[in-house]
Amino acid sequence: MNSEILGIIVMYGLVMLLAIPLGRYIGKIFNYESTWLDKIFNPIDKIFFKIGGIDPSKEMNWKQHLFALLTINVVWFIISLLVLTNMAWLPFNPDGNPSMSGDLAFNTTVSFITNTNLQHYSGESGLSYLGQLTLMLWQFISAGCGMAICAAVFMAMKEKTSATLGNFYSFFVRSCTRVLLPLSFIVAIILVMNGTPMTFEGKDTITTLEGNEQNVSRGPVAAFVAIKQLGTNGGGFYGPNSANPMENPNYLTNIVENASIFLIPIAMVFALGFILKRKKLSWTIYSVMTLGFLMLLIPAVISEVNGNPAISNMGIAQNMGSMEGKEVRFGAAASANWATYTTVTSNGSVNAMHDSMTPIAGMTTLLGMMINCFYGGVGVGFLNFYIFIILGVFISGLMVGRTPEFLGKKIEAKEMKIAMTIALLHPFLILVGTALASHLYAGNPEALSGWLANPGYHGFSEMLYEFTSSSANNGSGFEGLGDNTPFWNIATGIVMLFARYLPIIGPVAIAGMLAQKQYIPESNGTLKTDTSTFGLMVFAVIFIVAALSFFPALTLGPIAEYFSAQ
Amino acid sequence: MSIFANYITPLKNNKYLVMKENIIPAIRLTVFCAVFFSGIYTLSILGIAQLAPNQGKGEIVTVNGKNHHINVAQKFTENKYFWSRPSAVDYNAAGSGGSNKGPNNPEYLKEVETRIEAFLYKNPSVKRSEIPSELVTASGSGLDPNISIIGAKVQIERIANSRNLSEEKIAEVIKNNTERPLFGMFGPAKVNVLRLNIALDKLN
Repeated sequence: MNSEILGIIVMYGLVMLLAIPLGRYIGKIFNYESTWLDKIFNPIDKIFFKIGGIDPSKEMNWKQHLFALLTINVVWFIISLLVLTNMAWLPFNPDGNPSMSGDLAFNTTVSFITNTNLQHYSGESGLSYLGQLTLMLWQFISAGCGMAICAAVFMAMKEKTSATLGNFYSFFVRSCTRVLLPLSFIVAIILVMNGTPMTFEGKDTITTLEGNEQNVSRGPVAAFVAIKQLGTNGGGFYGPNSANPMENPNYLTNIVENASIFLIPIAMVFALGFILKRKKLSWTIYSVMTLGFLMLLIPAVISEVNGNPAISNMGIAQNMGSMEGKEVRFGAAASANWATYTTVTSNGSVNAMHDSMTPIAGMTTLLGMMINCFYGGVGVGFLNFYIFIILGVFISGLMVGRTPEFLGKKIEAKEMKIAMTIALLHPFLILVGTALASHLYAGNPEALSGWLANPGYHGFSEMLYEFTSSSANNGSGFEGLGDNTPFWNIATGIVMLFARYLPIIGPVAIAGMLAQKQYIPESNGTLKTDTSTFGLMVFAVIFIVAALSFFPALTLGPIAEYFSAQ
Repeated sequence: MSIFANYITPLKNNKYLVMKENIIPAIRLTVFCAVFFSGIYTLSILGIAQLAPNQGKGEIVTVNGKNHHINVAQKFTENKYFWSRPSAVDYNAAGSGGSNKGPNNPEYLKEVETRIEAFLYKNPSVKRSEIPSELVTASGSGLDPNISIIGAKVQIERIANSRNLSEEKIAEVIKNNTERPLFGMFGPAKVNVLRLNIALDKLN
């Protein structure tokens, strides 16, 4: 087997080796069981609660959880807007970069507090170091926020009748300090030792061997990139993200950064099994997710390794595969691998330009974001999957004539209505947004010629990708799109807001209502949710919802491009 | 959204759901998070960076007293040097980026054809089928410091002629600077163009 394929297998192996023990650790954190890190973190957390004026032992119901989450997000929104529109004169700006315009600051703020990290700016020239560090703060705490609300849903799934689901602030602080911080520390140290910059000095100026002057951007990159990868954030320090050789200098850092994308999303699935003491349920969910992931990964890798047929037709050698927009130190396989990891989770960092990928890989990355729950984002990925479980339970309940129950709680009309609304929201946002943009473009292609970098079907894909990425809170892009315009900044900003908060509110409401219902012990009449039959059922629900909603749009984009190029 | 309307009325009556209960803790907590994550965490990594290569200011090699960033591609156009991959941003390391051209974009394919012809013109003994695609396609960052070993070998004759050196000497430079896959097993083998060119300059 060649070294490139072996490289991507070892990455997944590394993820699994670490994700299962990490899942157990996260389970302990949310269960308030003691861990060996308590000695360090108990005092630190105490400072957080003291300064915050928070009683971490106060139990909250699901509405209080949501209210706390939304309030703190409003605070972040305001602070972020203030910093981004005033960076130019604030400290830590050695390169003299400008402040952001209002619409760009709105887009960037929404993008980072919603854990999306869509970037309509380029880090080297669009942010001061203060701006970067502010965005890094959102990378930590928006991920912590996702984990905290996911923990509340885990609590709601326990075998008891309860109105309260723990304390939001406590879950939030514990997620940030005990999970995200130590992991970021380790990753940042590995990066900095491998040559990723970590300095507050501005650009370096050197003379090349041929005597030209070259400016080299630097900054506190290593600290930033670590949490970017771990928190399914994805917003790069540099414009081309982890394709930039400073941000991701070699194959080892690529393995570490790539594995970091999956680590917490997969660990959360195992944390669920630990908290509920239902390991089999975890493995069922994990298997469904992994099946979906592999169905996207394999075609993408094959297509990229085989290269671009249009280049083959020119008669040159494509031993390395399709190399436009890719880096030699990673190769085509590890680039397609990263592209799949980053889109099935809501990470959105890249180590190769998705816009230049073959139509098949373009389609699998789009599908990963359209489905958005094959592992999914930190915390919220599980919430998306939870919706599909509820739908799966209901449909299979109807099929076999049993009362739809999930973990001993009856699913009724109210829960189903919320689940359906949330399941339909994602296609609604993507398709309406893309239709609107296409309509505007078609009406005035000359005035809007700056939008698209590519003609034909691929140009349509660029717009489809942008809205898909926004609605999936992913943040990667077909970056040829000229997206720093008021239309794209505001439209995708609004989509990101809806796509972040409604899919949090919906599942939390369902889980909160189910938690208050009476627990019905398992009997012969119970539909078992930790079997492979049920797993396949959920997979079918996901497939049907995604295929039915998105197939027409994909046909106009990557599918048409694939067939027209044959 | 009418289904959510049922929940709005009860919200008003719940004393824990008033803004005041959450807004002050939210602000105080956020401020301390900023101190802790943007401040203490960042400074700790900055401290550790003092032990890293070039104290975290980017990995450097020094040639004749001049610094070069080893991880960043430089522009090479002279015949006596190995050439880096094409760059969509003209090797601007303060504004990196890719071309973002789609695989079937006719303009893009024309550009690749132009690069192939230019390469064949400067390397007349190389056959078209021997040109590896990475030498005529732009990298993701525009700063890719590497090319494949084949990508280096097809440039040997041009460099040897230009420097009046034997082809074996140039081949030896490639051999001495070949970077094996990680642990000999993972990822592609490659060469760093800047390292090759520094080694070439030492030959003369």
